[in-house]
Amino acid sequence: MKRIALALFACCSIASADERRSGLLDMRPEAQAMQRDDSMNPGMLWVLDGEALWNRKPAPAMQSCADCHGDAAASMRGVAARYPAFDQASGAAFDLSGRIIQCREARQAGPPLARESHDLLALSSFVAHQSRGLPITPPEDTGIRAVRALGQSIYMTRMGQLDLSCGQCHDDHAGRRLAGSSIPQAHPTGYPIYRLEWQALGSLQRRLRGCMVGVRAEPFAYGSPEFIAIEAYLMERARGMEVETPAIRP
Amino acid sequence: MARVLLRVPTMTEKGSVIEIRALIQHVMETGYRPNAEGVLQARDIIWRFTCRYDGEVVFNAAFSPAIAANPFIAFTIIATQSGPVSFTWEGDNGFTQTETRHITVT
Ligand code: HEC
Repeated sequence: MKRIALALFACCSIASADERRSGLLDMRPEAQAMQRDDSMNPGMLWVLDGEALWNRKPAPAMQSCADCHGDAAASMRGVAARYPAFDQASGAAFDLSGRIIQCREARQAGPPLARESHDLLALSSFVAHQSRGLPITPPEDTGIRAVRALGQSIYMTRMGQLDLSCGQCHDDHAGRRLAGSSIPQAHPTGYPIYRLEWQALGSLQRRLRGCMVGVRAEPFAYGSPEFIAIEAYLMERARGMEVETPAIRP
Repeated sequence: MARVLLRVPTMTEKGSVIEIRALIQHVMETGYRPNAEGVLQARDIIWRFTCRYDGEVVFNAAFSPAIAANPFIAFTIIATQSGPVSFTWEGDNGFTQTETRHITVT
């Protein structure tokens, strides 16, 4: 009896250990090396562009990001690890890129930044890079909780002609293969990522569109509340994992 | 100017084999891809990379349309004497860029 109890205990303590793994570890060693060494990581090209944009005034009469926020290494440290965040004033959640877009429009009064444009990706990767190595720490207010719950329900809902939910691939079949790719656990640790297939930097929303098109579902629009809700849920799922921006992915 | 990531040791011992890494921001448009309107996008690639050490060519490479965007190249040279190491990328549409670093050999 005692032995059975011990065996049970052993089994359950293993099951409760953290089995989450970043998509980084699902890649072949060459791609991992590419991410880990800044002199080989093409995502750093966007980070450097973002740094230049951070310090530049969009027009002579306007203020630069740095004019308000100063040194990003101090002011932006840990910020990306806390997004998406709920904004009381507008009653909606913002992802990091959405916040940069809003800042540009409302505070800088500069030319708008389009989703997936080079400049927005560069600024987002530069800001997120300031959190590299820090644990993901989503906020805990009631606003974001509601958004997260919506994200979870979308994540669990079957969609598209293939009638599959995100969870059916990323929870039930993570670690297995789908044609040539291994199915990762879908942790949003490294965004924006340099995806080898894109040969460019892209956002989490672009990645999610790929998954939705893959199951023949109509993807949500860039910047939509649905995408931000999914991101809020994925960030909660990845709580405590390290930010990797700019990550490499296949 | 395209952004470049270079890794070149600044100081090394005479006779040692040193690794050099060079990555440049470039679309490497193949010339075979149609755009959204179905029209082929003109080829725009880097076709030559040259590394000179103290003025002498020590490494070069010919790139083809099959090379991915933002091409990365790594190779080794033998440190013989202190001097400049220059890297030149040449491509379509008159693209040319040169970066120079200095190696001190002791
Ligand atoms: C049919 C299986 C499948 C479904 C359904 C699916 N995905 Fe994916 N997903 C994949 C595969 C495979 C990859 C990795 C692709 C690669 O390596 O190129 C991936 C990658 C991802 C990544 C990138 C992880 C990283 O390490 O950067 C995220 C995030 C993600 N999916 C989220 C989602 C969400 C959210 C949904 C639901 C809207 C979803 N996926 C639906 C198969 C799926």
